[in-house]
Amino acid sequence: MGLIEKVFSLLEPAHWGVHPADRKRPAADVPVRGLPLPARLYVPLQQHIGAAARPVVLFGQTVLKGQLLAEAQGATSAAVHAPTSGIVSAIGDISAPHPSGLSFPAVTIEADGDDRWADAGIAVDPFGLPPQEVATRVAAAGVVGLGGATFPSALKLGLGLRAKIHTLIINGGECEPYLSCDDRLMRDAPDEIVDGIRIMLHATGATKALVGIEDNKPEAIAAMTAAARDFPAIRIASVPARYPMGSEKHLFSALTGQEVPADGRTTDLGALVHNVGTAWAVHEALRQGRPLVERIVTLNGGAIDMPGNIRVPVGALVADVLAFVGLKTEPARLVMGGPMMGNRLPHARVPVVKGTSGILALTANEAAQLDPGPCIRCSSCVRACPVGLLPLEMSARIGIDDLNGAVAFGLKDCIACGCCSFVCPSRIPLVHYFNHAKGELAAQGRAQLRNESAKRLAAARIERLARDTQEKAAAAARRKAERAAQKAAEKAAAGTTAAGAAAEAAQQASKEVVA
Amino acid sequence: MISAILSLTVLGLVLGFGLGFAAKMFAVATDARVAEIEALMPGTNCGQCGYPGCPGAAAAIAAGEATVTICPPGGKALAAALAARLGVAADLSGVSDAGPKIATIAEEICIGCCRCIKECPTDAIVGAAKQIHAVMREACTGCGNCIDRCPTEAVKMQPVPVTLQHWVWPKPQAEAAWA
Repeated sequence: MGLIEKVFSLLEPAHWGVHPADRKRPAADVPVRGLPLPARLYVPLQQHIGAAARPVVLFGQTVLKGQLLAEAQGATSAAVHAPTSGIVSAIGDISAPHPSGLSFPAVTIEADGDDRWADAGIAVDPFGLPPQEVATRVAAAGVVGLGGATFPSALKLGLGLRAKIHTLIINGGECEPYLSCDDRLMRDAPDEIVDGIRIMLHATGATKALVGIEDNKPEAIAAMTAAARDFPAIRIASVPARYPMGSEKHLFSALTGQEVPADGRTTDLGALVHNVGTAWAVHEALRQGRPLVERIVTLNGGAIDMPGNIRVPVGALVADVLAFVGLKTEPARLVMGGPMMGNRLPHARVPVVKGTSGILALTANEAAQLDPGPCIRCSSCVRACPVGLLPLEMSARIGIDDLNGAVAFGLKDCIACGCCSFVCPSRIPLVHYFNHAKGELAAQGRAQLRNESAKRLAAARIERLARDTQEKAAAAARRKAERAAQKAAEKAAAGTTAAGAAAEAAQQASKEVVA
Repeated sequence: MISAILSLTVLGLVLGFGLGFAAKMFAVATDARVAEIEALMPGTNCGQCGYPGCPGAAAAIAAGEATVTICPPGGKALAAALAARLGVAADLSGVSDAGPKIATIAEEICIGCCRCIKECPTDAIVGAAKQIHAVMREACTGCGNCIDRCPTEAVKMQPVPVTLQHWVWPKPQAEAAWA
């Protein structure tokens, strides 16, 4: 930071982010209810960043709750387990909880209603295990980041060992409006979360953990503080409620006062960020030997009759969960995740996945989508942008397909939080522009790679053809030489036989003469 | 002996100067950009652009006879790279990157004749005599050279299926007024 910026930052406090109405209550204050077991569960093979898991069960096979359905394949992947006991009735494509409405592969389980657990491994003291073994067990339990990004947690823990992590940041920010699943988890299971944090400290070799919780969740802060009282390595910190406080770089800055560089990660500064839900899942995996097969999902929105947090098995349909909480009116829009960054659902027959933090059934009034107007260059988006970009300039360039121009304005640093779209008085869908541009750039990158590989293949083919012709010519020359040698040998043989015949004839003649 | 050396030296000098003069005088100006453009192109010489292979297309682009968007396998990425290299504004809206096509083989009518294999510029088709052939999706550039070679019309061009990994948010509509 230059001197001038420093002076300005002293004069004016940081003004990133926005303050949307949080609308978390009353849903956050209702005790967690369990979803009655649906008749069928659709367990997707791709519930994480990276490669889809590879199924290891067969059609018609009987599976127990917690049994491995699909194993991780490739470097970045996560295992998938059966969320209940039953029979595998299909392995095939189903609709994905994704705005495109495309399909993806899933294992369908016909529940037998017993919900019988497979034998868990013998419980061991996780602190007696070597750190690498803890990460292996977390991977075997299919734990992924439950904050929404669904990055396989074991990889992050393994990274801690390599990257010299000294601080573990636990993200209890939950800055998205409407959502309260992390809040509820911290109120109901603070001891389990603290135990999970201690296991993660052991796995990463970090010496201290900072739990950041927004100050609009006083009950969660009180519960967590009480649970962590005996562990000086774990500090519970209240952070101001402001969106997007749950972004890992922003929570890190709020807790430590350090800023993460644009092209860097928090691990570069020795800190690893995990969600509170992930800490709970790590506790379950290590202490109970239970894989990640269910989670708490916030059901909220104006169209829902009894909003609240529901414990849902992975693979239950959104329609099942909505039927359980009841609908007051037909929702104008269904969203998976929060209202700022969540995905609009094509319909309700899509499964709940590991990364589903909430399901929102919004009324027409809440989901009001008004026609965009022209940009009036008020710069509201510039003040709101938490990464310090110029959304108005970037969207203008993307509007005329000048993607490189947008990249020059820092498109790659955009975290797609939606603050700019939220504050825009002209209701321009700014973040939609950025998502479109990022997708286009990724597609162009893939095309570039494809082009390069095609060029390599074509060159390899030309080389192979040349080698073929050369080898053919060499073989032809060899055959020719062989034939020539054979002919010469034949000729020589013929010569000797001819000479012999002549001698015989001469002998014959002499005999005749004698006779 | 001396006269032979002298005459050959003089002859060599005269011809050498003559060739040097001709090289300077009657030089054909080549465009240095052609080689650079050719390096950017896929190099499969598939002929979809209508020019004789990638070198022909590169020459045409450098000469301004062809637009930067003529290469279907290169797609938008190549068009953008060419436009940046040549310093021209490219109208990328006409380039359909959304629907690239690749060859597929109908297994029930493939007779295993190996004719398509010989045509493929990237060796994307695998198979052997009297064995069903298959196209490796990742290696196919969609040039379509194999289509006409098939005696049973088992090879067809089909659009690459859109998956969750490849799906891209569409560009927002409206704002025509200011965009």
